Amino acid sequence: MITTKLQNLGRATIDTIAGFGRSGVMLFGALVGKPDFRKGFPLLIKQLYVIGVLSLLIILVSGLFIGMVLALQGYTVLSKFGAEGMLGPLVALSLLRELGPVVTALLFAGRAGSALTAEIGLMKATEQLSGMEMMAVDPLRRIIAPRFWAGVISMPLLALVFTAVGILGGHLIGVDWLGVDSGSYWSAMQANVDLYQDVVNGVIKSMVFAVIVIWIALHKGYDAVPTSEGISRATTQTVVTASLTVLGFDFILTALMFGG
Amino acid sequence: MSDIMVDIQHLSFSRGERLIYDDMCMQVRRGKVTAIMGPSGIGKTTLLRLIGGQLKPDSGQILFDGQNIPTLSRAELYQARKKMSMLFQSGALFTEMSVFDNVAFPIREHTRLPESLIKLIVLMKLESVGLRGARDLMPAELSGGMARRAALARAIALDPELILYDEPFAGQDPISMGVIVRLIKELNNALGLTSVVVSHDVTEVMSIADYVYLVAEKKVIGHGTPEQLRQHKSELVQQFLLGEADGAVPFHFKAEPYEDELMEPAR
Repeated sequence: MITTKLQNLGRATIDTIAGFGRSGVMLFGALVGKPDFRKGFPLLIKQLYVIGVLSLLIILVSGLFIGMVLALQGYTVLSKFGAEGMLGPLVALSLLRELGPVVTALLFAGRAGSALTAEIGLMKATEQLSGMEMMAVDPLRRIIAPRFWAGVISMPLLALVFTAVGILGGHLIGVDWLGVDSGSYWSAMQANVDLYQDVVNGVIKSMVFAVIVIWIALHKGYDAVPTSEGISRATTQTVVTASLTVLGFDFILTALMFGG
Repeated sequence: MSDIMVDIQHLSFSRGERLIYDDMCMQVRRGKVTAIMGPSGIGKTTLLRLIGGQLKPDSGQILFDGQNIPTLSRAELYQARKKMSMLFQSGALFTEMSVFDNVAFPIREHTRLPESLIKLIVLMKLESVGLRGARDLMPAELSGGMARRAALARAIALDPELILYDEPFAGQDPISMGVIVRLIKELNNALGLTSVVVSHDVTEVMSIADYVYLVAEKKVIGHGTPEQLRQHKSELVQQFLLGEADGAVPFHFKAEPYEDELMEPAR
């Protein structure tokens, strides 16, 4: 009884570590080597559209609402201390440092990550990846690499769009509805937001999350059991694993960047 | 140039604990249609993947045109694969590309020919499988038989020396089956290809193959021309060729004696 439990624990650990290894080998095979811009560039553009542009709508809408909610919540607290003027920095800093990168990463995992896993899993199940290999075309270079770069490029940009729209949403509620002075909203924001400390750190976070989400999504798809059940399980795993990993790394990065 | 295209020597392969091939030998002659037949689940597709270098054997040699596939480096293996192609059971067409782009894919990947010339080649390949009119369709719009023919056009796009067919007849209606049988034979003769057909459809295979290997129980149990095979003495070979339900391969899965199990008092 106990030995079977121990055995299962051991097997699960070995499987997990082997999974790390396979995902590393996959990424290595996809990214290391002489790049071929003539073939790679059109593929990258297409994936930037599929992964980045098509995720724009959900990012815009969520950013707007998060900004609006932040302003509403912030205003009720700040007005108790007569500090409505600090609404601008409150909205901007929360978005730049935390909500922008993190919520974008979570939405991105749900929107683009799951789609990527399903797409690649399906290509594996229908032997398209094997077929490509037999045509002497490396699927890692042809399929995985452009998707990886497209994700890594587009997610920090999406996070910035999210933040910008959120700040506008905060303005909409704080200034236009609740009556905070527009000048103080912007000037206090300008005075309190530091380019390096807040903006650059937020972008760095977002880059790290981009690598995490896209790597997990691609690996889960590439490693999926090639059946319909296996693909649906892999898709779920992508969203769960990517979201949890992002939150975990967010804590570590926040501690490193703002903790000391 | 040697007469033998693919030479498999003392091949052993196992998947996990299960031994799939045990010291198997087999030869594919240049310019001929060689068929590999056997019951389902004995790893016929695995054999094609071994020849294509997607799997590595535990031991033994797989010589393709004189090169030992399992020992090749990655770059050499990709070079060797340009000389062979494989027709997958599902067709494995790229779902997001039209039939035309699917056939053009290997040409665009491996050559720098101008588009006008690529169009010519693709139309010729599609004409030879009778799908020139279907070039703008997407794979999802094709019937199973058409998808397989489109995949065949893609497989011959770069004029390979060897084509590996994985269950080309499985799940086809009699007409598309007839079409594919004809195509395999015609392409083999017209283009001077070497074909390896993996299948368990006895009549179709016996009608086109120049040489047949019958694989079961981890090794070759009989081989020869279709005529020689029909005269084969082995009980297993005869059972397979005639499709008898009971014989050397028993109808019943291994079990306790029937009477014992029925008469056993209820527990």
